[in-house]
Amino acid sequence: MSITVYVPCDSSAVSLGANRVANAITQEAEKRGVEINVVRNGSRGMYWLEPMVEVATDNGRIAYGAVKTGDVASLFDANFLNGGTHALNLGLTEEIPYLKKQQRLTFARVGITDPVSVEDYVAHDGYRGLKNALSYSQAEIVKHVSDSGLRGRGGAAFPTGIKWNTVLNTPSEQKYIICNADEGDSGTFSDRMIMEGDPLVLIEGMTIAGLAVGATQGYIYLRIEYPHALEILNAAIANATAANYLGENIQGSGKTFHLEVRQGAGAYVCGEETALMESLEGKRGLVRFKPPLPAISGLFGKPTVVNNVISLASVPVILDKGGEFYRDFGMGRSRGTLPLQLAGNLKHAGLVELAFGATLREVLYDFGGGSATGKPIRAVQVGGPLGSYLPESQFDTPLDYEAFAAIWAVLGHGGIVAFDETVDMAQMAKYSMEFCVEESCGKCTPCRIGSTRGYEVMDEIVNKRDLDKNIPLLRSLCDTMLNGSLCAMGGMTPYPVLSALNHFPEDFGIKAA
Amino acid sequence: MQTVQTIITDLKDKPGALLPILHAVQNSLGYVPPEIVPTIAKALNLSRAEVHGVISFYHYFRDHAPGKKTVRICRAESCLAMGGKALESQIKTKLGIDYHETTEDGNYSLEAVYCLGNCACSPAIQIDNDVYGRVTAESFNEILTEQSA
Repeated sequence: MSITVYVPCDSSAVSLGANRVANAITQEAEKRGVEINVVRNGSRGMYWLEPMVEVATDNGRIAYGAVKTGDVASLFDANFLNGGTHALNLGLTEEIPYLKKQQRLTFARVGITDPVSVEDYVAHDGYRGLKNALSYSQAEIVKHVSDSGLRGRGGAAFPTGIKWNTVLNTPSEQKYIICNADEGDSGTFSDRMIMEGDPLVLIEGMTIAGLAVGATQGYIYLRIEYPHALEILNAAIANATAANYLGENIQGSGKTFHLEVRQGAGAYVCGEETALMESLEGKRGLVRFKPPLPAISGLFGKPTVVNNVISLASVPVILDKGGEFYRDFGMGRSRGTLPLQLAGNLKHAGLVELAFGATLREVLYDFGGGSATGKPIRAVQVGGPLGSYLPESQFDTPLDYEAFAAIWAVLGHGGIVAFDETVDMAQMAKYSMEFCVEESCGKCTPCRIGSTRGYEVMDEIVNKRDLDKNIPLLRSLCDTMLNGSLCAMGGMTPYPVLSALNHFPEDFGIKAA
Repeated sequence: MQTVQTIITDLKDKPGALLPILHAVQNSLGYVPPEIVPTIAKALNLSRAEVHGVISFYHYFRDHAPGKKTVRICRAESCLAMGGKALESQIKTKLGIDYHETTEDGNYSLEAVYCLGNCACSPAIQIDNDVYGRVTAESFNEILTEQSA
C-alpha cells in the first residue's frame, strides 16, 4: 500500500518553496522505488514551519518542517515515510501546541483534506450542513444562522441572520448571493487560506445561503492578487457540479444553485459591498449611496446577500451542528470563533482560530511568540489598513467587537500586524493617507480630496514643519473624513492616523498630552 | 484583432461582461490596446468613455505593453514591518527602474501592490503569478536567476 504524503499547495507555502519540495519528494521516491501518494493539501497555518510536510501513519499524521529541497534525501534516509526520527520531525501534527490550543470550526478541515476532492470533503463531515438545510424551510435555515449570533466577518460585524432575513422577505424573481472575496485588507489572509485549503466549505455555505433566501445564482468576487485561489476555486466548483452539489436539482432536491468566480482588477475599494456590485456589473468601482440596502436592491437592482468568505464558510458548521452550538463559543455579543491572522513582525506568524474573548496579548505572545526580530513589540495594527494602531498599554483588550469599539479600534477581518520598536508611527500615519490617495474611488470629496491634503499635511509633519499649525489641521481634516465620507475608505482612514498620533505623539515631534 | 473578436463573442452575453472581457483581452495580449476600446464599447452598447473609464479605474488593467514579466512589490503594513521599505529600494536599484517602468531589455516591469495575502511570510513580492515570501536582496537575485532560466 502506498503511503500518503501531504505537501501544501497554499500559496504562502508555495512562496517558500512547497512546489519544489513536492517535486523533490516525488523524484526521490521514484529513485528509491518507493510508492507514495502525494496530496497537495491546504496549509495548517503555521507559516514559520512551511513548507511543512506531513506523513500519514497509523498513529496519525506526523509533521516535518520547515522542509527545504536539500532536506528531502535525508528525510528518506531517516525513514520519514514511517514517522522516522529527524531534526525536522515535529511529532504528531495535532499535538503541536499552536494548533492544539485553537478552536477550529471554520478551519476544521483546512490542511487535512485534498481541497478539490468532494469525496474527501464528504468523508470529513462536509455537506452535512447542506443536507440539513435541504430538510428545513427557508425560515428555519435563517433562524439557525440568526441563533448562531454570526456577524459579518468581513469587518462590519453586521448580523448575518438579519441580512438573510431581509433578502428572504423581499419578493423577487431573481436574487443573488455574492461572496466578497476581495480580501484587500493588508495583514489578512484567512479568506485566501479557505479558498485554497477548503474551497468546498465556501461553496457549501453559499449554496445554503441560496436555499435560505431563494437565490439561484452566486458570484465569488475574487481579487486579482489571488491567482492560485482562482484555479483551486474553479476546480472545486467543477467537481461539486459534477457531483451534483451545484447546478440543477441539487442532490435530487429540485433546488438550483449556480456559482461563478469573477475576478476584480486591483481596486481596494471594491471590497466595499456596493462598489463590489458596481464592479460585478462591469462598471468602475464607485461606492453607491445607501439606502437602498443591497438586501433590497443590490446586484442588477435585485435583492442580494453580500457576505465575506469567512461568514459564508462558517455557515456549514452552523447548519450541521445547530445555531446554539456555534453561539456557545465567544463572549458578549461576539459569538462563535474568529480566524485571526498573525502577521508582520512576529516569530510565529500564521492562522489562529479562536473563540472571541482571548486578549491581544495572549495572541501576540502565546501564539505569536513575540517579535521576529526579538525586539519589544511597540505597536499593533488590528483590522487591516483602516484599523487603529494599539500601543502596549492596550494589549490586554479582549478580542471582542464591542471591547475594541470601546477603545476606538476595530477587529475588522481579524488581521493583526505587529511592529517592533524600530517603527516610525508618523511614517505609518503618512502611509495610511497615501494608501487612501491610491485607493479612493473618488466619489465623495472628504475621501478624494481629504486623503491628498492629509498626505501633504503628514509630509509636513514628518519633516517637523509648523507642528503647531499642522497637528490641529490634521485633526480637523480627520474629523471631516470621519464624519463626511460615503464609506469606510475615507471614513476610517483616520483610525490608523489618529491612533498613531494619540498613542505615539513622540513620533510626531510632540509631547504626550 | 481576431482574438479580441472571439473573446467578445464568447463573453458579451454574460451579465456584467466588461470586466471578464477586459481580463480575457489582457490575459491574451498582455494589455488592453486603446484601439480596441471602440470595438468593445460597440459590442456592449456602451460609450467609449465608459469603457475607457473602467480600464483607467482599475490598477490592474494597462493600456500599453508591459515587460515580459511583471514584478509586484507589496507595499502594505505587514511587509513594511519586516523591512519592506529597504527591499523596495534594493529591487528598484537592482532592476534600475521605478514603479510603472520597464527595464531597457524589456524583461521586467515593476508595479506596487497592496497586499498579496502572504503577510505571515513578509516581505513578499510577486512575479507574474508566482508569489515569493521572506524576500531579501540576496534571495531576490536568486529569484531573478530562476525566473530567467
